[in-house]
Amino acid sequence: MSLLIEKVQKRFGDFEALRGVSLEVPDGAFLALLGPSGSGKTTLLRILGGLEHADLGHVAFAGLDWLTLPARDRRAGFVFQQYALFKHMTVAKNIAFGLEVRPSRNRPTRAEIKRRVEELLSLVQLEGLGKRYPSQLSGGQRQRVALARALAIEPRMLLLDEPFGALDAKVRKELRGWLLALHKRLGLTTVFVTHDQEEALELGDLVAVMNEGRIEQIASPAVLRSKPATPFVAEFLESVAQPPPPRPSNVVALH
Amino acid sequence: MKPLFRPRGPTKDHPLLRWSLTLVALGFIGLFLVLPLATVFTEALGEGWQVALDAIKDPEAQSAIRLTLLAAGIAVPLNAVFGIAASWAVAKFDFWGKGFLVTLIDLPFSVSPVVSGLVYVLLFGLQGWFGDYLRAHDIKIIFALPGIVLATIFVTFPFVARELIPLMVDQGRDEEEAAVSLGAGGFATFWRVTLPNIKWGLLYGVLLCNARAMGEFGAVSVVSGHIRGLTDTMPLQIEALYNDYHYSAAFAVATLLALLALVTLALKSILEWRFADEIAAVHHR
Repeated sequence: MSLLIEKVQKRFGDFEALRGVSLEVPDGAFLALLGPSGSGKTTLLRILGGLEHADLGHVAFAGLDWLTLPARDRRAGFVFQQYALFKHMTVAKNIAFGLEVRPSRNRPTRAEIKRRVEELLSLVQLEGLGKRYPSQLSGGQRQRVALARALAIEPRMLLLDEPFGALDAKVRKELRGWLLALHKRLGLTTVFVTHDQEEALELGDLVAVMNEGRIEQIASPAVLRSKPATPFVAEFLESVAQPPPPRPSNVVALH
Repeated sequence: MKPLFRPRGPTKDHPLLRWSLTLVALGFIGLFLVLPLATVFTEALGEGWQVALDAIKDPEAQSAIRLTLLAAGIAVPLNAVFGIAASWAVAKFDFWGKGFLVTLIDLPFSVSPVVSGLVYVLLFGLQGWFGDYLRAHDIKIIFALPGIVLATIFVTFPFVARELIPLMVDQGRDEEEAAVSLGAGGFATFWRVTLPNIKWGLLYGVLLCNARAMGEFGAVSVVSGHIRGLTDTMPLQIEALYNDYHYSAAFAVATLLALLALVTLALKSILEWRFADEIAAVHHR
């Protein structure tokens, strides 16, 4: 079983956002969609989440004809760039939302929902903050609430749109490590969008470099670094392509 | 030693300027808002409580009050629904002719109420476009309740939509998209996410709409036909009493109309005070 994307096309008026994107990643992969703005990476993610319709193409995932499934039935845990937390609900209510809107025949009981919320709060290390409102949380905390809310629906895949875009450098570093650990633990097929090369290469076990609605190359970070397939990929990765040479121990660093 | 000049903060204006501006503002409020309202109340009680009470107990006044409440009671909920639907469409979807729709929503504000009343007479009056059909089927719209309700709906149409469109545009589609991706259907998304986010704006729009619906004179005047005790609303009744030199009676009914408006404002303040925390949570990011 894998995530198979075949010749997906999408156009907004005159703008061709996706010009036939195909890729295949194994189940449980951590796929980074990397590219400059306007390269189509977010559009692809939104199509996977059912928030946008593809004009053409197929996606097969979890034994399902993915694109024919309405968004609400996909169970794709989507984490939005600005988190899109429900401002008028407490953190606990936000996390419980996906469970509470289920049709009554497969909605967990009140006690079960409460237990799940507690469990998720501790998973994202926010124990005791369930009664707060999103406006009372820091950026990093909101990000983790958004993740917990997406995980609550027992998603088939996890989709993250610029997950660290709105955070400062320090929190970003912390959350990266934490997200990587979480992915290892849960083993969910995860697709995330970023324009930050370093982030993509550090987090993704596969990185798809996108440009002008096409995939330039999809490979592991190591292969991307050593064998960029096109000049675009080489140029885009240039800034982080070479790990800095080890500093000789007898030279005093000036900075 | 005292300094010659007391240092002012960089954003503070000269005290003289502050005081004169404050006085001007208070003067305006007093002259144009408080004084007229006070006059309505004092004039109403000019000939004593009993006269004022009798004026309100008068069967014609009672009928006017009932008609006003009924017309507002029909027009306001309908406009709340229309307003939510229109602003939902404008804020959450892109479609051809959206700018035109927004202009159209503003139309009742730019057209004189008398003209809009006349339009309904031209459409539904006995000599109007649908006159023959309505006569054949024995449907009375003009000079009857349906005409008054239609005119009221038209005049107060923009209040709810105007209040909600900027609010909903500002909130964007993110939260709705999040709700759908979490498995919520259309109704659950609206009920649990969209409505709670707009409820204060909606309340404000509904209150304004209600105040105007009860107070509308021009358009209703044209379609009502001024049948006393039958198709006169409160504003029309007030005018009729005033023209008949029943000043105290006119002001007594006017007091009641003003009180209805004040009650809605008080309700809004109480709700805002009661739910201050929640409002703060929703409006601060």
